[in-house]
Amino acid sequence: MYSKIKTCVLQGLSGHIVEVEADLSRGLPVFNIVGLPDIAIKESKERVRTAIKNSGYEFPLNRITINLAPANLKKDGSQMDLSIAIGILSADGIIGIKDNSEIVFIGELSLDGKISPIDGALPMVISMRELNIKKCIIPFDNREECGIISDMEIIPVKNLNEVIDYLNGELILDSYKNEKIKIMENSEFSMDFSDIKGQEGLKRALEVAVAGNHNILIIGPPGSGKTMAARRLPTILPKLSFEEAVEVTKIYSVSGMLNSKSLITERPFRSPHHTASQVSIIGGGRIPRPGEVSLSHNGVLFLDELPEFQKNVLEVLRQPLEDGVVHISRINATLTYPAKFMFVASMNPCPCGFYGDPIHSCTCSQSSINRYLGRISNPLLDRIDIHIDVMPVEYEDLKVESNVETSAAIRSRVIRAQDIQIERYKNDKIYNNSQIPNKDIKKYCKLNNSSEKIIKNAFAKYKFSARTYNKLLKVARTIADLDSKEDIEDKHILEAIRYRTLDKKYWG
Amino acid sequence: MISERDIIIWLNTLGMSGSKIEELKLWIKDLRLLWNIDPMIMRNSHRFREEQLDKLLHFRNVDFLDNILISLQKDNINVLTFLDKDYPGNLINIPDRPAILYYKGNFNAEDGLAIGIVGSRKATSYGKWACERFTRELAQMGITIISGLATGIDTHAHKTALESGGRTIGVLGNGLDIIYPKNNKNLYDEVARNGCVFSEFPLGTEPFYYNFPQRNRIISGLSIGVVVIEAKEKSGSLITAHHALEQGKDVFAVPGNINSIYSVGTNKLIKDGAIPLLCIDDILQEIYELQVSFIERKRNELDYSELSIDEAMIMKIIVDGPIHSDFIAIKTGMDISTVMSILTGLELKGMIKELAGRVFTIC
Repeated sequence: MYSKIKTCVLQGLSGHIVEVEADLSRGLPVFNIVGLPDIAIKESKERVRTAIKNSGYEFPLNRITINLAPANLKKDGSQMDLSIAIGILSADGIIGIKDNSEIVFIGELSLDGKISPIDGALPMVISMRELNIKKCIIPFDNREECGIISDMEIIPVKNLNEVIDYLNGELILDSYKNEKIKIMENSEFSMDFSDIKGQEGLKRALEVAVAGNHNILIIGPPGSGKTMAARRLPTILPKLSFEEAVEVTKIYSVSGMLNSKSLITERPFRSPHHTASQVSIIGGGRIPRPGEVSLSHNGVLFLDELPEFQKNVLEVLRQPLEDGVVHISRINATLTYPAKFMFVASMNPCPCGFYGDPIHSCTCSQSSINRYLGRISNPLLDRIDIHIDVMPVEYEDLKVESNVETSAAIRSRVIRAQDIQIERYKNDKIYNNSQIPNKDIKKYCKLNNSSEKIIKNAFAKYKFSARTYNKLLKVARTIADLDSKEDIEDKHILEAIRYRTLDKKYWG
Repeated sequence: MISERDIIIWLNTLGMSGSKIEELKLWIKDLRLLWNIDPMIMRNSHRFREEQLDKLLHFRNVDFLDNILISLQKDNINVLTFLDKDYPGNLINIPDRPAILYYKGNFNAEDGLAIGIVGSRKATSYGKWACERFTRELAQMGITIISGLATGIDTHAHKTALESGGRTIGVLGNGLDIIYPKNNKNLYDEVARNGCVFSEFPLGTEPFYYNFPQRNRIISGLSIGVVVIEAKEKSGSLITAHHALEQGKDVFAVPGNINSIYSVGTNKLIKDGAIPLLCIDDILQEIYELQVSFIERKRNELDYSELSIDEAMIMKIIVDGPIHSDFIAIKTGMDISTVMSILTGLELKGMIKELAGRVFTIC
């Protein structure tokens, strides 16, 4: 009267196999679950009991013990309901085949025996594949996201009866493949870069930033088009590769933000309001959930009005900006979520906004300007590759109908540069220039003698930090890629330097 | 034939102040009339003090006037009066302007672009350093250096200006035929050769202490801005600064240690609103004329031969005045990325600099 069923728990994005052992023995009818279950699992007793009864089977009147192994791993989530029910039914002999060790059961039961969708199905299935599991039984409503995994048997089920019949060989269920998915080449947007008149410098800086996934800081008075330009970033973002799309989808699956979509095919663009807390940015909670930095993984995190964010919120960005992952420690778990995002920030040069504006006069005192700028710490600034300041476009220029580039034109250049990068880094597990590890910089960003000299002069003149040196090279690499050039030339490095001279002007 | 200028020289020699002479000019219209006018009319006009009138009537003879004119000629001394067309433009509108200026050397139009550099007679090594630095930078830009030919900072200013190949003007508190201090004889001659030496005092005037504050108003008057290098709490340089403010000229003061008595005056000036002089740009930014002339001069001096065609094209746009990088792109038709990289290259060469918001100007 014993059975063993496999299921899965998530820690962050990585799933672990949990064996659900069920034992029925004589004695007073009690139902115990042991092995560090959390409240959602303890409550599953009632769901399992009622679901089995409402599926037309008798709930065994025995002493039932469920053990979740390994016993030292904390388990949470309602996806264990199905495996517990199957375990009991196997031990009771209702399910004939005892050896179900090749199958992982994931699913939450409702009282009528239906199987409800769960959060995080995709990362669970992907981890199971990595652990050499060949077959997963998943809730029907999770089939779209899990169906993108092609080399595994994914069996979507609607209710408990289906599972029982399937395991008893009375029902044949086909593995589900999601055929519809493809990464969209072109998405429809209601906005376009051609809406922005003038501001060629800003547009160019954004193009460079997007092409190499570089962080960018835009400084300018109100009405200069900072937010307008940043909001149009999604229209020039390069397409997601399949691997990137899977990474993004996993995070959204864990967060329960997938909304029955199968695969997220557009780069995320997140712009949290400046009242956001540390936890909402970084991630957290009793069982830590991904924050904005992870939700914008492989996409854009846009912080409008940067100095208005709480200082501690800004400072927590430093580590993910540098490492591309975020480690969150709580009593219950220490989790790691990926956080490779493109950081875009915009800000005014002073509290009133008009410092340096040629038309309006600034009413701030020098000390209040310093205080305002001081909220952005130097370490944070250092991690932003491209700095650009913008001036409001004069009315006269708004009227000029010069041939303004469309997003599609910019995007095609970006995609070309991105293809070059993907080809170059195909053996390195990175996707773009901003991710080049420091040890490989010499390899990918070779400089000729005259470029070396330029950099040397620039260091003497602008007093760059050591971190800036690497950032400069990466940006120069991107500019060269946009230019379809194999080697970094003088003009590329010169343009890259242009994007680093700003902090000395405001913060120097 | 006696000219109006001769009459002014005569009046000045008899100790008549500049404002008095101008008042007489307004009254009598033609100063030559004073030579022949009835003494009774002069007395009844109540424009002369008794002893003044006696002196005028006593010396109203051709021999006396000829003597003065001959000695001026002998010493190679020229005269500028407020009636002359080439009376220094910077002096025209100052209050209590001198009616007459004796000078040695030559004064020309470009001397209108002048900065006064003054400071204490006892200069510290810091003061000398600051004086030499700013004087050299200004002189090399073609700006005339004006000072008082006294010991200390004045001497340093003149010397440095001469060494840098610039023009310099000395303004004296005594007659041009007297050299004070004595050991500045060589410097005096040198200044007269490479610029000029001014005085409003008639020949033979001794360096009385009360002459110097009066002299100082001419130093500030001839300049478009005054730099005070070092000054004690009570210093003649502060009088110069005071005059400069009255005349509406900019005053720059070099800050010093607060425990140095030689910087008490300059620090106080800063506290009272003078512009702290930390680098030469502080002067250039403040004085529009200098900016314009500086850009003008730079434009003529620019060496385009070292630049590529594109660089030269952008440079030619920037010398016309500060301009935003986006407009450079529009004007040249180059794409913005090329413009950005060329701008960085020019900046690294030290030919241009960035103002706020990607606006570039030559430097």
